[in-house]
Amino acid sequence: MIPLSHFLTVSAVLFAIGLYGVLARKNAVIVLMGIEIMMNAANLNLIAFSRFLPANRLTGQLFALFGITIAAAEVAVGLALVIAIFRMVKTIEVDRIEKLKG
Amino acid sequence: MEGLLNHCFWIPLFPLFAAALIAIFKNNRRKAASSLAILAIALSFIFSILLFLVYLRGHEEGHGTLRVLLHFPWFTSGGTPEVISFIVDPLTLMMLLVVTLVSLLVFIYSLGYMHEDPNSVRFFCFLSLFAASMLSLVISNHLLILFMCWELVGLCSYLLIGFWYEKPEAAEAAKKAFIVTRIGDIGFFIGLLLLYQKTGSLLLYGEGHPSLFSPEMLHLLKTHAVTVPFFGGILLTTLLGVLLFMGAMGKSAQFPLHVWLPDAMEGPTPVSALIHAATMVAAGVFLVARMFPLLDGTGAMTVISWTGGFTALFAATIAIAQFDIKRVLAYSTISQLGYMMMGLGLGGLVAGTFHLMTHAFFKALLFLGSGSVIHGCHGEQDMRKMGGLRKEMPVTFWTYLTGTLALAGIFPFSGFFSKDEILTEAFTKNRTLYGIGTLTAFLTAFYMFRQIFMVFLGKGRLHGHPHESPPTMLWPLRILAVLALVSGFVGTPFLFHNPFHHFIAADREGVAPSYLVMIVSTTVALSGILTAYLIYGRRAFIEDPLIPALKGFFRLLEKKYYMDELYQNTFVRAISSLASLFKTVDQVLIDGFLHLTGFASLTLSRFNQWIDNFFINGGFDKACAGIRGGGGKLGRLQTGRAQDYLLYASIGAMVSYLLFRLL
Repeated sequence: MIPLSHFLTVSAVLFAIGLYGVLARKNAVIVLMGIEIMMNAANLNLIAFSRFLPANRLTGQLFALFGITIAAAEVAVGLALVIAIFRMVKTIEVDRIEKLKG
Repeated sequence: MEGLLNHCFWIPLFPLFAAALIAIFKNNRRKAASSLAILAIALSFIFSILLFLVYLRGHEEGHGTLRVLLHFPWFTSGGTPEVISFIVDPLTLMMLLVVTLVSLLVFIYSLGYMHEDPNSVRFFCFLSLFAASMLSLVISNHLLILFMCWELVGLCSYLLIGFWYEKPEAAEAAKKAFIVTRIGDIGFFIGLLLLYQKTGSLLLYGEGHPSLFSPEMLHLLKTHAVTVPFFGGILLTTLLGVLLFMGAMGKSAQFPLHVWLPDAMEGPTPVSALIHAATMVAAGVFLVARMFPLLDGTGAMTVISWTGGFTALFAATIAIAQFDIKRVLAYSTISQLGYMMMGLGLGGLVAGTFHLMTHAFFKALLFLGSGSVIHGCHGEQDMRKMGGLRKEMPVTFWTYLTGTLALAGIFPFSGFFSKDEILTEAFTKNRTLYGIGTLTAFLTAFYMFRQIFMVFLGKGRLHGHPHESPPTMLWPLRILAVLALVSGFVGTPFLFHNPFHHFIAADREGVAPSYLVMIVSTTVALSGILTAYLIYGRRAFIEDPLIPALKGFFRLLEKKYYMDELYQNTFVRAISSLASLFKTVDQVLIDGFLHLTGFASLTLSRFNQWIDNFFINGGFDKACAGIRGGGGKLGRLQTGRAQDYLLYASIGAMVSYLLFRLL
């Protein structure tokens, strides 16, 4: 049986890849994809803990299902925002969008 | 109606308000200004007449001299309350009537005389102010107020002599008049201080207030002796009298302070008539008359009578050698003022004041007449260039002749009665002064008829055509001529037992009229006229016939005994040298010290400035620059990119985690 630490390592690697995508890529769509990867790393953690904790209940797996659902909704909202921003500034490169500068 | 006497203070207030109003008029409102001034003085005149009538009714009922006093609280000095006090007594009423009447006529005359002057608004303002000051002077019962008004009339005189200040002579004359009278006023002021120090009061008459003329105070003053350096012990009243008389000498142009009055003729002729002949110069005589209870019977009276007598003769001799029509009259005024002083000094209160009144009328008439002549001759004042004006200026001639006869003292003109009263006074008390007075009367008749012959009779020597003056100038002349003729009758012993005497000083014993004196003075006056006729009237002349006869003496007289030159070379020069000495001291010592301190503080402040700039400002500036630079650097963190913010958040989270694990 695969020990818990392997799951957690994979999960951490996934999270780090996602974080890299969010922080380092220019394309807003890829940034969104990075967010999805980070979210799935979290889901993986939830399922792993649900399997290995002694009380063997389905709470963690159910929570992961909710997470997937919310991620889908979030991607829909996120892509809508990207389109709206594209209409306004004619680009989806995030480092060109500097409206937050005071 | 008796309540009217308590409103005497309105008389000076009318012209005062007029002056204040005219002062804010624009320069082109000439008609409004003159009308207002004339209206105000007319009101004062009517008020004075009413006051006089009301007073006469109260006077007959009471015994002795009625005095109406008005007290208003003024201020408290050292525990003693001072009051503003007004008085209505015979002397005041006489002066009120004379001043308002002559002022009214002169104001009307000025309407014609100043017709073309662009500054006549200013002129009427000053004239009204003068009338207000003079009227306040005569109704004041407090010596300090009297002194203030005294200075105010002096100021008005200065302003009016210098009315044509573009002329350097006029400006000089104004300064001279102001400074010379001020010398006398210093004596007056010292007298006031001394009086206040000794008695604690400057009130003349008082009901319930401590006053100078109360019997106790007079007794105290007249028995108190003081020690004066070089003179030894003399009575206090004598000293006070001489000091007060110094003021009167300045104002009434008595020798040796007479030099300003002839020069004052640089002013407009109405001013000469009103101020320098009829009213203001009489203020000195009025002061002596006002202070009479204090002066009576003291040694000061001798000083007054001799000064007056000497001045009368002195000025009369100068007058015979003058060629300026107004200067002759000016010296005649000095001479007549000397007469009044002589009369007062001899104890003739009534005689002096009576001559003051008649002189005011006929001298105003003569001055206005001379103004009319000057006006008609296009500004010519030299009598040698006139002559034969009788035909062209008949009204001026006849009125002028009336004034001349009054001044010469010919029966029945007013001057005859008043001059005779003074001469009678002198005849009974001091024969030397009587001789001086009679000689003066001869000279007076002579120089006045010299003037008549030179100006009005003989052949015309004028370039250009003379013309008669406008009616506004002639009517005052006519009225004054009537007054010069009849005003003497109020003081004659032949009619109604001398009402003037009973009015002014009912309780004083007058001198009995002397027919001898009358006959002598009439003879003397007639011989003066005859002499003038013999010299000037018989044939035409170009050069004054007196010049070859008197030679050097004439020149001495023409140059007024070189008094001006004497003063110029002694007092004026001494004071100028002293002034330049002080100026040098000022410039070298005081200015030097001043500049040194100035330089020192300048250097000190330069040093301070450097410290400020270098240390304080420098440090502050550096700190500010540091803060500004730091802010700029920190500001660069805020890029506006969401990714950067997220990066910071991630780094923060990692750092927190690491800290959490390590600690």
